[in-house]
Amino acid sequence: MSKMTLKTEGDIHVVVTRHFAAPPEAVYRAHTDPKLIQKWLLGPEGWTMPVCISEAKLGGKIRYEWSNEKGQGFFLTGEYLELEPFSRIVHVERMHLPDPTPDNHVETRFDADSGGTLMTMRMTLPDAQTRAAMLATGMEHGMEASYQRLETMI
Amino acid sequence: MNERHTLDAAFAALADPTRRAILARLAKGEATVNELTEPFEMTQPAISQHLKVLEDAGLVIRRVEGTRRPRRLAKNGIDAMDQWLARLRKALEKNYDRLDNVLAAMEAPRKENFNE
Repeated sequence: MSKMTLKTEGDIHVVVTRHFAAPPEAVYRAHTDPKLIQKWLLGPEGWTMPVCISEAKLGGKIRYEWSNEKGQGFFLTGEYLELEPFSRIVHVERMHLPDPTPDNHVETRFDADSGGTLMTMRMTLPDAQTRAAMLATGMEHGMEASYQRLETMI
Repeated sequence: MNERHTLDAAFAALADPTRRAILARLAKGEATVNELTEPFEMTQPAISQHLKVLEDAGLVIRRVEGTRRPRRLAKNGIDAMDQWLARLRKALEKNYDRLDNVLAAMEAPRKENFNE
């Protein structure tokens, strides 16, 4: 099934796995093509990504900007460090809220698996405290930060 | 404090990175102000001020032990962290459910070609 797992590993890692009913090439493209990223990497209902820069090449820039109908917004920046089409992406990212969060180093693997793809995303934070703080406030992978922004502004 | 008010105070308290880091430290076990000040490049009064916000929000409680006043996570603090984790999980699941649809749409044209 497509059940997602999310767990911590050691002191500084977070690992997310998810199965997709599509070949690795398609899942890889959906993670690197800005036009595709804009369709799904949105987090909670009501948010859109009006700006999506994803230069899928060595050292290429990443910039995702989210906003909602209330005019609230935040953004993420990052860089691609390694790209192995269509099996592996390594990038670094940070949220801007507006102060930047510590760098999150992310390795995403796409392995062919029972007619589809098993995605394994392994995040590495600078230290245990940063990871705990990130999980505690749900800042992982950017999305959850929107909740925090939303709630603190209400 | 009613529930809504408590929640607002908790969210406001969590909005600050130092306070999140303090909570993360306390998640590992109780600690005094001195022990909490050590890893941060901040003065003790500054840390005490953050602790006061966390205590007022019901996220952290203190006990008295002689001259020491060790702080620990309150049940609300633990619940708040659990809630954030659950929401994070939900947001990620929502993303990947949307990605399922994106992938299905990418596949669709090819299938049509096969059929025709």
